[in-house]
Amino acid sequence: MAAGVATWLPFARAAAVGWLPLAQQPLPPAPGVKASRGDEVLVVNVSGRRFETWKNTLDRYPDTLLGSSEKEFFYDADSGEYFFDRDPDMFRHVLNFYRTGRLHCPRQECIQAFDEELAFYGLVPELVGDCCLEEYRDRKKENAERLAEDEEAEQAGDGPALPAGSSLRQRLWRAFENPHTSTAALVFYYVTGFFIAVSVIANVVETIPCRGPARRPPREQPCGDRFPLAFFCMDTACVLIFTGEYLLRLFAAPSRCRFLRSVMSLIDVVAILPYYIGLFVPKNEDVSGAFVTLRVFRVFRIFKFSRHSQGLRILGYTLKSCASELGFLLFSLTMAIIIFATVMFYAEKGTNKTNFTSIPAAFWYTIVTMTTLGYGDMVPSTIAGKIFGSICSLSGVLVIALPVPVIVSNFSRIYHQNQRADKRRAQQKVRLARIRLAKSGTTNAFLQYKQNGGLEDSSSGEEQALCVRNRSAFEQQHHHLLHCLEKTTCHEFTDELTFSEALGAVSLGGRTSRSTSVSSQAVGPGSLLSSCCPRRAKRRAIRLANSTASVSRGSMQELDTLAGLRRSPAPQSRSSLNAKPHDSLDLNCDSRDFVAAIISIPTPPANTPDESQPSSPGGGGGASSNLRNSSLGTPCLLPETVKISSL
Amino acid sequence: MLTLEWESEGLQTVGIVVIICASLKLLHLLGLIDFSEDSVEDELEMATVRHRPEALELLEAQSKFTKKELQILYRGFKNECPSGVVNEETFKEIYSQFFPQGDSTTYAHFLFNAFDTDHNGAVSFEDFIKGLSILLRGTVQEKLNWAFNLYDINKDGYITKEEMLYIMKAIYDMMGKCTYPVLKEDAPRQHVETFFQKMDKNKDGVVTIDEFIESCQKDENIMRSMQLFENVI
Repeated sequence: MAAGVATWLPFARAAAVGWLPLAQQPLPPAPGVKASRGDEVLVVNVSGRRFETWKNTLDRYPDTLLGSSEKEFFYDADSGEYFFDRDPDMFRHVLNFYRTGRLHCPRQECIQAFDEELAFYGLVPELVGDCCLEEYRDRKKENAERLAEDEEAEQAGDGPALPAGSSLRQRLWRAFENPHTSTAALVFYYVTGFFIAVSVIANVVETIPCRGPARRPPREQPCGDRFPLAFFCMDTACVLIFTGEYLLRLFAAPSRCRFLRSVMSLIDVVAILPYYIGLFVPKNEDVSGAFVTLRVFRVFRIFKFSRHSQGLRILGYTLKSCASELGFLLFSLTMAIIIFATVMFYAEKGTNKTNFTSIPAAFWYTIVTMTTLGYGDMVPSTIAGKIFGSICSLSGVLVIALPVPVIVSNFSRIYHQNQRADKRRAQQKVRLARIRLAKSGTTNAFLQYKQNGGLEDSSSGEEQALCVRNRSAFEQQHHHLLHCLEKTTCHEFTDELTFSEALGAVSLGGRTSRSTSVSSQAVGPGSLLSSCCPRRAKRRAIRLANSTASVSRGSMQELDTLAGLRRSPAPQSRSSLNAKPHDSLDLNCDSRDFVAAIISIPTPPANTPDESQPSSPGGGGGASSNLRNSSLGTPCLLPETVKISSL
Repeated sequence: MLTLEWESEGLQTVGIVVIICASLKLLHLLGLIDFSEDSVEDELEMATVRHRPEALELLEAQSKFTKKELQILYRGFKNECPSGVVNEETFKEIYSQFFPQGDSTTYAHFLFNAFDTDHNGAVSFEDFIKGLSILLRGTVQEKLNWAFNLYDINKDGYITKEEMLYIMKAIYDMMGKCTYPVLKEDAPRQHVETFFQKMDKNKDGVVTIDEFIESCQKDENIMRSMQLFENVI
C-alpha cells in the first residue's frame, strides 16, 4: 500500500464507528497497540551532515533500511543519532523519497553511484518517479551497453595467451579472428585482402573496352573478351584462394553450424559460387543469360572487405540497428510517391503527347522530384501539374530529412562506442600492468621480509624487531597469512629472478635423462626440489624455485633439502613411476614432472587443495615440517590430477 | 478552342484552390496552425484552492485532542493533501485503498457527506478533526448522533427504509464478490429488516434519533463495541 495510506488508516478505523449500530455480531476487540511515544525527531548523521526527520516519515516504508529495525545497527548510543558513512548528497534524495513518496534521480551524479546508494538503503530502482524515470533508464542503459561491450571486447580481444594444450583447430580459429596474434595470421590476412582487391579490380577492368589487336574488326571489345584466358586465370586463382580460406575457416570454426549461418560465411559462399556454377554450366545460348546474371554476384566479393575494415562493420551494424527508422522512411516515401504520382497523372491526363502515361509511369517522376534529382525527362506542362510538382518536391525534402538525423545519431553513437572500446582496451592493458606491479610489490615485500630472516623463530629478537618496525599492522597480518600458506603447502614463495634461474637449470638438465638429472641435482647444493608432495603434470617439469630459494636461504633450509633427499630411495625409472603411483610414497623428489604453478610470474606457486597438510608445530623452523610432510606423501599423490593454479 | 482550354485550366485551378484550403483547414484541425486567438486562456489552469486551518489553540479547544496529537494529525494530513482540503474524488480513492476487494465508492460518498458538515464539497482539516474528535473521543451519545447523521442521507431527521437500504447496500458492496458464505441478493434487505425491527419502536417505518439512541443504549453489544476505537490515535 502506498505510504499515504498509513496516514489515513486511523481515520478509516474511526469511521468504522458508523458500522457499530448495524453490526449483527459483536465486533472483535481492537489490537493491543503499544503505547505510542508520539512522534519524535530522529537525527540521521550522514558523513557529518545531520538530517533530522520525524520518525513517522521513516516508518512509512517499512521494507527499507531506514524504515525497519535495520537502522538500529547504525545507531550510535553516545550521540543518540544514526550514523551512516555514505554520501550526504545522495542521501538527500533518499530522504526526500520518504518525505514526498517520489524518488528523484540526480542529474549530475553518476548513475552507478546512485544505484549503489539505493541498494544500500534498500530502495528498489523502480521507485524512481515518473519525472525522472526516463532519464534514469536511458543513462542506465547507456552504462550497461558500455560495460557489456567491455566484457565482449575482453572475451573477443587478444586476451590472455592460449593454453598451449589447444588443438590446431583452436589455434587456427584464433589466428583467423585476431590476425595480430601471429605473423602467419597477419600475412594471411593481408594476402586475402590483396586478392579480394585484385578480384574486384579484375571484374571492373574486364568490362572496359580495349582496342582490338588490329584495326579489323574496328569495333571495340571489352577487355574481358579480348584476353579471356588471362582473366579466367586470374579469376581461378582468386577463387581458389577464397575457397581455401573458406574451407579453412569452416574447419577451424568452433561451432560449424553457427559459422555456416553467419553473414560473413554467406558472403564468402556467394562470392565463390558463381565461378563454380559457371564451370559446370554448358556454354550455350539459352543459359548464357542466366550465366551473365551470375557474374553479377561476383561483385559481392567486395563485401569480404568488411572483415578487414571495422568501419564497414560499424556501418552494417548501424543499418541493422536503425531498421525501424529506415522502415519508417521507406513507408512514408512510398505513401508520398503513390499520392503524388496519382495526382500528377490525373493532372497531366488532358495533355497530349504527355509522358505521364500511367500512374506507375508517374512514379518515376515523383521519385526523381522528391529526391530533388530532377532529371528532366518527364516534366508537367499543365498549371495544375506544375503546382503539384512543386508541392511534391517541397514535401520530398521534408520526408527524407526527417528520419535521417535519427540514423545519423545512431551511427555516431555506435561509432563513438567503438572508439571508446579501443581506448578502453588500451587502458585495460595499462591497468593490468599496474595490478601486476602492485602484486609483485606485495610479494617482494614479503620476500624481503623473509630474507631478512623475519620468519625464523630462532632468530634473535633484535633482528626481528628491525624487520618488524617498518611494517604496518596490515602488512604483518598479511605476511603471517602468506607464511601460513607456505607452511600449508610446503612450498615457498620466491621471486622472478630465482625462478627463472631454476627454470634455466631444469631445462639444461633436460627432460629425458631423468635419473641423471636427479642424481646430478642431488649433489648440487640444494638445487633439488625439496617439495614434500611431488605431483605429475602434463607439461614440462619446472622445478620450483624452492630449490633455488633454498640456496639463497640460510643453511637451515639447505639442510632439510638434503635431509629430504636422503630419505628417498634410489630413483626409479619413469615408467614404473607412472604405473604405480602409490609406490612412490617415499619419493619426495624424483624424476617426475612437477607442477608448475606459476603462470604470472610473481605469484607464488600454489598447490592443489589436496595438499593441505597441517603445518607442523614449531620445532626447528621449516626443516622438520618439511621432513614430516615428506613422509605424509600419500594424500599428495594423484597423478591424474593436474592443477595448474595461477594466483 | 481557346475558351475550351481556358475553361479546363480554370476549372483545374479552382479545384486546386479548394484543395489547398481544405489542407490548411486540416492542419488547423490538427493543431499545427492557429487562426484564432482564444487558445491562450485555455492554457491557464485554475489556481488550486488553498486552505489554512484555524490556529492550533482554537482547534485544541474545539476538539478533544491534545496539541501533540493535533500536530501529528495535521502533519499527516498536510503531507497527503498539500492544498489543505480533500475533495470527494480523493476521499473515495483513499478509502478504496483500504478495501481492495470490493467497491467502496458509494459508502465513501456517504462518509464524505457525513464529514463534510458545512457541505461545501471539500473536507478541510477542521471538518476532519471535528469528525475524528467525535468518533474517537466523544461520548456515546455523540457517537450515536454521528452514526445517525451518517445513515440519514437527506438529513431530515428520519431514517427511512430506503436510506437504510442504500447504506446497507453500500456496506455490502465493500465486501466484494468473494465472501463466505456467498452473498445473497437480498442480504442487505434482510439486514435492513432486522435493523428496523430492532430500532423502530413505534413501527412507523422510520427511525428517529431518539428511537435510535434509545435502542442502541439498550443493546449491550453495541455499547461494548463503542469502546473499541478509543485508542486509534
